[in-house]
Amino acid sequence: MKPTNIDDPEYFHKVVDCQYACPAHTPVPEYIRLIAAERYSDAYMVNWESNVFPGVLGRTCDRPCEPACRRGRVDEEPVAICRLKRVAADNKGDVRSQMPQGPFPANGKKIALIGGGPASLTVARDLVPLGYEVHLYCEQKSGGGMMRSQIPSFRLPESVLNEEVDYVLDLGVHTHFNTYVSSLRDIRSKGYDAIFVGTGAPRGKDLSMLPGRDEARDHIHIGIEWLASIAFEHTNKIGEKVIVLGGGNTAMDCCRTSLRVGGKSVNVVVRSPIKDMKASPWEIEDAIHEGIPIHENLVPKAFISENGKLRGMTFEKVKAIYDENGKRSLLPSGEPEVFIEADDVLIAIGQENSFPWIERDLGLEFDKWEMPVLDPVTFQSSLSNVFFGGDSAFGPKNVITAVAHGHQAAISIDLYCNDQSLKERPSPYTNLVSQKMGIHEWIYDNTIANDDRFKVPHADQSITLKDRKKEVELGFDSNTGFKEAQRCLNCDVQTVFVEDRCIECDACVDICPTSCITFTQNGEETDLRTRLSAPSNNLSQDLYVSDTLKTSRVMVKDEDVCLHCGLCAERCPTTAWDMQQFLYQVTKAGNTCQIIT
Amino acid sequence: MSYIKPLIHHPLSKQNSVGYLKSDYEGVISTLCAGCGHDSISSAIVQACYELSIEPHLLAKLSGIGCSSKTPAYFLSNSHGFNSVHGRMPSVATGANLANRDLIYLGVSGDGDTASIGMGQFTHVIRRNLNMTYIVMNNGCYGLTKGQDSATADEGSKSKSGSVNRFAAIDLVGLALELGAGFVARSFSGDKSQLIPLIKRAIQHPGFSFIDVISPCVTFNNNVGSTKSYDYVREHNEVIKISDFVPEKDEIKVEYDEGTSKKVKLHDGSDLELSKISSGYDPGDMKTALLRLQESRVNNQILTGLIYLESDSQDLHSMLDTVKTPLNKLREADLIPGKKELEEINKSFA
Ligand SMILES: Cc1cc2nc3c(=O)[nH]c(=O)nc-3n(C[C@H](O)[C@H](O)[C@H](O)COP(=O)(O)OP(=O)(O)OC[C@H]3O[C@@H](n4cnc5c(N)ncnc54)[C@H](O)[C@@H]3O)c2cc1C
Ligand SMILES: Cc1ncc(C[n+]2csc(CCOP(=O)(O)OP(=O)(O)O)c2C)c(N)n1
Ligand code: SF4
Ligand code: SF4
Ligand code: SF4
Ligand SMILES: [Mg+2]
Repeated sequence: MKPTNIDDPEYFHKVVDCQYACPAHTPVPEYIRLIAAERYSDAYMVNWESNVFPGVLGRTCDRPCEPACRRGRVDEEPVAICRLKRVAADNKGDVRSQMPQGPFPANGKKIALIGGGPASLTVARDLVPLGYEVHLYCEQKSGGGMMRSQIPSFRLPESVLNEEVDYVLDLGVHTHFNTYVSSLRDIRSKGYDAIFVGTGAPRGKDLSMLPGRDEARDHIHIGIEWLASIAFEHTNKIGEKVIVLGGGNTAMDCCRTSLRVGGKSVNVVVRSPIKDMKASPWEIEDAIHEGIPIHENLVPKAFISENGKLRGMTFEKVKAIYDENGKRSLLPSGEPEVFIEADDVLIAIGQENSFPWIERDLGLEFDKWEMPVLDPVTFQSSLSNVFFGGDSAFGPKNVITAVAHGHQAAISIDLYCNDQSLKERPSPYTNLVSQKMGIHEWIYDNTIANDDRFKVPHADQSITLKDRKKEVELGFDSNTGFKEAQRCLNCDVQTVFVEDRCIECDACVDICPTSCITFTQNGEETDLRTRLSAPSNNLSQDLYVSDTLKTSRVMVKDEDVCLHCGLCAERCPTTAWDMQQFLYQVTKAGNTCQIIT
Repeated sequence: MSYIKPLIHHPLSKQNSVGYLKSDYEGVISTLCAGCGHDSISSAIVQACYELSIEPHLLAKLSGIGCSSKTPAYFLSNSHGFNSVHGRMPSVATGANLANRDLIYLGVSGDGDTASIGMGQFTHVIRRNLNMTYIVMNNGCYGLTKGQDSATADEGSKSKSGSVNRFAAIDLVGLALELGAGFVARSFSGDKSQLIPLIKRAIQHPGFSFIDVISPCVTFNNNVGSTKSYDYVREHNEVIKISDFVPEKDEIKVEYDEGTSKKVKLHDGSDLELSKISSGYDPGDMKTALLRLQESRVNNQILTGLIYLESDSQDLHSMLDTVKTPLNKLREADLIPGKKELEEINKSFA
C-alpha cells in the first residue's frame, strides 16, 4: 500500500467516527471534553455552530453518530452522544453573547425562505450575519416547522424549541408567519436575489382505497395532521380505543400522544415483523415501556362501521419471507383474519412531498416522482436562483439532515449572490495540535473509563401520562453527564506516526491494548490485512501505513478498534508516535461563524 | 503517565484451549524506560504462555534484582511470583521446585544479576539440571543502577559516556553449553517471531532451559559503538532459522528439500522443524554447537536460534529420585507410614 496521506483532512476526519457519521459533522469529542470540563456554554456553542439546535437535537436527534461510535465496537454500547448534547444545553449559561451580534451591515441582497423548519432557519442563521436581508414565509404561527407541529411536547418542550428558534430569528430575520405561499411565481416577482425552499414533506400517506374508509372518515386521521392539530390545540382528545397503523417514528408519537389525550386501549399495528419496524429502537422501547402493545404481521383489510360508527378494523395475518438477497415479501399465513376494536384510527404509514404551490411552467424541473431535480452538492434547482433543502429536497429525513442541507444551501446562495462558482465548495477548517504536556503527560484525559453506558432517568409515568406536555426524559444530571462524557474515547486525538524517528523497538506493538499496530513487509491491502497483529475484518476502517522503515518493513495501524489511549506514544522512546488533536469544522457560508475553542 | 492498562481488548480476541484470553496473561503497565527491550520479552512471554494454554495458577515466575528482574510485575499477574535478592533467584527456584514439582518455573534475570553477583548460583542450577526456564534479559549493562558495564559487555564496546570496555565478555550461552544445559538458545528482543517459539519450547523442555535474550537498554546502552544496541544487533544477527513447533496431532508434512531441514523429536512427542541457513547444523550435536558459536564470535556475529538441544534430559527430581507428589499434598499417612513400615526398614539394616 502507498503511505497514508494524513495531510488529506478526510483521513483523520474518518477516524472520528461519530463526527464523520453526523450529517452536519458536529465535532463531537470536542464538545464532550468541554462537558467533562464543565464548560457547558462552550460545549453548547461548538454544537450551535454545527447544528443550530443543540437543545432540540439533544432530545430528539435520530443520532446516526451513535451506531457509528467506536465505543460500540469495543464495548457493549456507544457513548450517549445525543443525551450529552442535552447536558450542554441544560447547563449552559448565557450563550447569546457568544453568538454573532447584529445589526449586521447590509450587503444589499434579499433572500426568501419558504417554510419555517430547521432547514430554512439554518439558512437564515448562516446568511443574516453576512448582511443578507432574509424573509421567512411560513404558514404556521411561529417558527420551527415539524419540530413544533409534529414532535410532541413530551419529547421536546416548547420552551426549548422557542429558545433556539429565537436565537436565529433574533439575529434579524424578517418573518412572515401565518402566510401560506401559494405561488412561486409571485415570490419570484418580488425581486429576491435567491429563494430557498424548505417546505418539508407535508403530506401524510392515506389508505384511501381500503373498504369502509369513507363511511368512517370522521374517525380516521392522518397521523401527522392529527399530531399537528394536537400541537396547535385544535383538538385535545381521542376515543378510548385507538388503532395506530404504521411502524415508524410518527406511529410511535401518535400512540404515545393518544395515551395522553384519552386513549385507554391503544394498539399499534404493523404489517411487518416488529424487528423490521422503521422506528428508532429507543422510540419503540419508550412506547412499549408505556404499556402500548405492538401487533406484527397484520395487513389492514377493512374499516368496519356499524350504524355509521367506526367499530374497528380487520386485518389479514401474514408471514414475512426473505429471499436470498434479503428482500422481504409478506405472504398470507392462512390464519383467520383478525379484528381489533377502535373508536379512532390514526394512519401513520409515511409522508410524501407535495409542491402544489410551484407552477410547472416556470422551468423548475421535476422528476417522475414529482421531486425537484437538484444538484446533490449545491442544492440548486434547474432555476438557478432557487435552492431546496431539508425534507423538501430528497424526501423526509430528520432535523440534523435538514440542518446539514441548510448549511450547504447557504454556502451556495452566498456563492451565487457573489457571482462565484457553486462547484468550488470551501474546504473544511482543520487544525492538528500535539497533546504533549511534558514527558508522558497529555492535555487530554487518556484514561479509558470502564463504565457501561448510563441510562437517562424518566419522569414518573403517573405524571407524564396525564399531561402531554410533561417531558418524559429528565436528562443526565451534571454528575452522570461527567461520567458518561468520560466514556468517550477522544477519537479526534489522532495517533500521528513519523517514520524517520522510529527505531523499531516494538514498544508500541507490545503495549497496545487492542493490538492495532504491526510492523511487517508491505503488501496490497487485502494481503496486509491477513498479516496484522489482530484480525482485521472491518473494511470500512482504514489502515494507516507508513513509508518504508530501516528494516524494509512498514508500520501498519488498523484504525478499527484503536482506543486513542495514547499508550503507544507514551511507550515510544523516540516520539515517533504523538497524540495530536484534530479539529475538523465544516466551513459555513461566508466563513463568519467559526468558533475556535 | 498512565499507570492503568485499559481493560478493553480486541473484540475478536480468542480464548485459548483452557479458556483464557491473551490479556489474562498480562501484568500491570511497565514502569521501565519507554522502548526497553525487556518489555518486548515480557510481551513474548505473555504470548508464549497464552499459546501454550498454560493455566496461570500453575506457573511460578521468579527473579532477582535489576530492571530485568522487575519485569515479572509486567507479565502473568495471575501466576505465582517471587522477586528475590540480587543473584539469588536460582536457589529460590531450586527450593520451590523441590517442594512442588507440579508447577512450571520461569526464572527471569539480567546479565548483571546472572553473570556477576549471581554467577555461582547460575552455574550450580545448570549443573543440577533443575526443571525450569531461565531467561536472561541481556543488555550488557546494569540498567537499574544507571548503565555500568556488565560482565557480558563485549570487549571494545563503547558506553553512552564514551568509555570503552577493556574486559572480554562472558558468553552465557558458551558457559551454559559447557556446564551441560539441555536446552540452550539465544534470541533478540526485537525478533518475536523467533523468541516466542523458543520460549514455548524452553518451557516444554523437561530440564534446565536457558535463553540468552539480547535486549537493548534504550537509555544507557543503545548508543553508536555499543554492541548491544538495536542497530548493532540487527546488523550482526546470525539467525539459525527455526520454524514453529508442529504438534503431532496435526499431521502436517513439512515440505522442505532433504538436507535443508531437520526434525528433532521433542520429549512430549512433538516434532521440531529446523531449517539451516548453512549446511551441517545439528542442534542435537554439542560439537557443532560449540563450533558454530566459536565461528560466530570470530566473525563478529551474534548467533541466535536454538543452539543446543539434548533430547534425553534427566532433571533434578529424577536424578534424586524424589517423591512424585508435591510436598504440600503429602498427607500424614504418607509421611508417617506406621510401625509395620518402620520394622521393614529396620530389618533392612539387620
Ligand atoms: C411525527 C414526526 C416526528 C418526528 N420526530 C423527529 C425526531 O424526533 N427527530 C428528528 O430529527 N426528526 C423528526 N422528524 C422529522 C423532522 O421533523 C423533519 O425531518 C424536519 O423537521 C424537516 O425539516 P424541514 O426544515 O425540511 O421542514 P419542516 O420541518 O417540515 O418545516 C417545513 C415548514 O414549512 C411549512 N410550509 C410547507 N409548505 C409551505 C408553503 N407553501 N408556504 C408556507 N409554509 C409552508 C410547513 O407548515 C412547515 O412548518 C419527525 C417527523 C414527524 C412527522
Ligand atoms: C546485593 C546487591 N548488590 C548490588 C545491588 C545494586 N544493583 C541493583 S541492580 C544491579 C545490577 C542489575 O543489572 P542487570 O541484572 O543486568 O539488570 P538490568 O537492570 O540491566 O536489567 C545492581 C548491581 C543490589 N541491589 N543488591
Ligand atoms: S492509542 Fe496507540 S496504544 Fe492506544 S489503542 Fe490506539 S494504537 Fe493502541
Ligand atoms: S515505540 Fe516508537 S520507536 Fe518503538 S517501534 Fe513503536 S514507533 Fe517505533
Ligand atoms: S535503564 Fe535500560 S534496562 Fe532499565 S528500563 Fe531503562 S532501558 Fe530498560
Ligand atoms: Mg543488564
